[in-house]
Amino acid sequence: MTPALLTGSPTTAPADNGGSERTDRIVGLVQRQGALAVLVTVVLVALVAFPDFRSLDNTGTILVAAAPPMLIALGMTLVIITGGIDLSVGSLYVLGGVLAAWASRYGLVAALFVPLLVCGAIGLVNGVLIAYTRMAPFIVTLAALLGARGLMRAISDEGSTTYVVENDAFGRLGTGSLLGVGYQVWLAVALVLIGMLVLARTGFGQSVYAIGGSEDASALMGVAVRRTKILVYVCSGLLAGLAGAVNAARLGSGVTVLGAGMELDAIAAVVIGGTLLTGGAGSIAGTVAGVLLLGVIQNMINQVGDLNSNWQQVISGTFLAVVVVAQTVLNRLRRIS
Amino acid sequence: MTLLEVAGVSKSFPGVRALDDVSFTLRPGEVHALVGENGAGKSTLIKVLTGVYRPDSGELRHHGRPVSFAAPMDAQRAGISTIYQEVNLIPLMSVAQNLFLGREPRNRLGLIDRGRMEREARGILADYGVTTDVRRQLGTLPLGAQQMVALARAVMIDAQVVIMDEPTSSLEPREVQTLFGVIRRLHARGIGIVYVSHRMDELYEICDSVTILRDGRLVHTGRLADLERIELVSMMLGREMSQTRRQGFTAFAGDHTTDDAAPPVLRVTGLTSRTRLHDISFDVRPGEVVGLGGLLGAGRSETIKAIGGAYPLDAGTVEVDGTHLERPSTVRAVAAGIAVQPEDRKAEGIVAGLSVRDNIALAVLPRMSRLGIVSDAKIDAVVARYMTRLRIKASGPDQLVGDLSGGNQQKVLLARLLATRPKVLLLDEPTRGIDVGAKAEVQSLIDELAGEGLGVVLVSSDAEELVEGSDRVVVLRDGAVVGHLTGDRVTTEDLMAGIAAAAPSEDHT
Repeated sequence: MTPALLTGSPTTAPADNGGSERTDRIVGLVQRQGALAVLVTVVLVALVAFPDFRSLDNTGTILVAAAPPMLIALGMTLVIITGGIDLSVGSLYVLGGVLAAWASRYGLVAALFVPLLVCGAIGLVNGVLIAYTRMAPFIVTLAALLGARGLMRAISDEGSTTYVVENDAFGRLGTGSLLGVGYQVWLAVALVLIGMLVLARTGFGQSVYAIGGSEDASALMGVAVRRTKILVYVCSGLLAGLAGAVNAARLGSGVTVLGAGMELDAIAAVVIGGTLLTGGAGSIAGTVAGVLLLGVIQNMINQVGDLNSNWQQVISGTFLAVVVVAQTVLNRLRRIS
Repeated sequence: MTLLEVAGVSKSFPGVRALDDVSFTLRPGEVHALVGENGAGKSTLIKVLTGVYRPDSGELRHHGRPVSFAAPMDAQRAGISTIYQEVNLIPLMSVAQNLFLGREPRNRLGLIDRGRMEREARGILADYGVTTDVRRQLGTLPLGAQQMVALARAVMIDAQVVIMDEPTSSLEPREVQTLFGVIRRLHARGIGIVYVSHRMDELYEICDSVTILRDGRLVHTGRLADLERIELVSMMLGREMSQTRRQGFTAFAGDHTTDDAAPPVLRVTGLTSRTRLHDISFDVRPGEVVGLGGLLGAGRSETIKAIGGAYPLDAGTVEVDGTHLERPSTVRAVAAGIAVQPEDRKAEGIVAGLSVRDNIALAVLPRMSRLGIVSDAKIDAVVARYMTRLRIKASGPDQLVGDLSGGNQQKVLLARLLATRPKVLLLDEPTRGIDVGAKAEVQSLIDELAGEGLGVVLVSSDAEELVEGSDRVVVLRDGAVVGHLTGDRVTTEDLMAGIAAAAPSEDHT
């Protein structure tokens, strides 16, 4: 399912650049599958080292906990491939949760529809500003981060009012499961698969890569640059809102204190997954590996009883640094060849 | 029957009348050269033809009918495609994706059919002499192949008109011939081609007709075969023909007086770097211009970069004025008096977003400051001196370099190098992509600088420039020295012979 963007395999290549093509291929493979390889290694270590890690329960815990970050990172992958960044998603996640819990008194549809509407609209504003005024995504989405946080505080009276989920059907979305796997995991899996298909096999997906590769060239080649950018930020907003709603359903209330810094975790997962922060290349498969990797590390640290869970941040940070250095080295390798 | 036509078009920008009542006609199956100095209005005319600009007055006609393009996409939909000087594709996407972006073949579900896309891409590109794996990232292909992909893409969208803006500026001779083969096929299919180039040989080889612009006005249009080269050049320059003839094609005065007994200011010995450079040695004496000749990829730019400390070396030494440069680095090279003008002005030279003043001052900041505090007065003096000296045409020292013409950008770069008071000047394609007038000025400058005792190493793909500008030529091929031209043998014929003699076959290993 991974788009074959970074590959090159020799079929009819002239003999004299076979060597560089081989390097290309290996570099591409490491860039795309590096996170997966690390994930597999870490999981194997965990299986041996932590007896509890093996239990089905624990696997379920990891997956359920990873579902909301996965949704956010999915949107972030699209944004980063276009060469942008979306800092507002952490705030939108919290806002989405509070809105969902508040709206659940009006029924299931409202509980899902209100956060999506509001977060989607903020994503739309982000997208329109970025696409039409060519303002830096960093600044635009930083403004949205602050705005959404303010909105959430206003609704929750500075966080002193906690809305409780008052709709059983909505609550079951967060707690129920199918075939032993939580609904939100199924939702994340479905959206990831749709995301992969869209990115690899639709015109929109190609436009996302093209814009990140070269915005000017894309415009000259007839890519709808503005529309694509707007759509990408709308997707990111919608997914963050959805992630918040799903989380509220699981917790049974809109929690106002969690979620700060979620945007940075998402960016970390995307970059660890091999997507270039400069845009133009990357994959959702890599992001999935990145999200799971961060989740597994968290889980392992929780199992080491006497280790402060903040160490997870230190380890994630280290991973991120290693990946960025590795990316730089790999790119240089490719250029020299 | 005309394919594309502009009649009496004018276009003004604040302070400039870029096009003044210009008419231009393109017929089916015609290869039409569009020539003129930079600032003559070529780019503006192309942008009018492709819907980037709308003319202030005058009419654009497509198949005889008046049209108005609101955006480049409208022109593309009408069958007008443009190949830009710098390849405008997406380097990180695959060859096939670039070829089909926006027009990907779909399967029954409306999803992109990758298999078919790659098959079709292979078929199409084979026609253009590109036989690489179409799944490769475009950016990993040689520039020539990338240009072919751009061309294939342009033609694919049922183009009736293809506009090529200096398509050969980054191609090797062999690739140029492939390009010409493609142009001839397009010509046979009745596609009209607008061909913009500064290279006379190419124009006469491939073009049927010519339109010459100067200062935004139409100077001449007609069959190219009816026009002598010397007439073409003089019309572009607006000089008297006799004057052009007397001056030759370049502005170089001839040999420089060098003292053969003088010790070399630059001595390069045994430069070797992986597979790219093999045991390159030569000397440059003060006041001498030594040319590096050879084809693209012969190792000329690598040699320049290696001397400047910007290319990894496995072996070899560089001596300036008898002083050995230990472990070459750019900082050491600059300190020793080596100034390098890189080949890619935009990427490695000027800083487009800074002013003329700041660009010139960049390299001398350490010398212009005391205890880390920069002296503005000293910088202003240096900047003023070089702006006058090099005849830099800018509204003032504070104008952004990005807004200057290519020729003036190049002069700003030279000013920066000269401000460091170098002993050796390494020039890699100093006149590439700049207009004829500025070219002549840069060439006379090189002469003057050598006259003042600087040692100059000159790399130029323009054989005439190389031969007329250099006192001696070192011929390179595949990263090795294969010949020296001195005295009477510094001629284009001997240069070609030198390169050809060293190249028994086109095969690489």
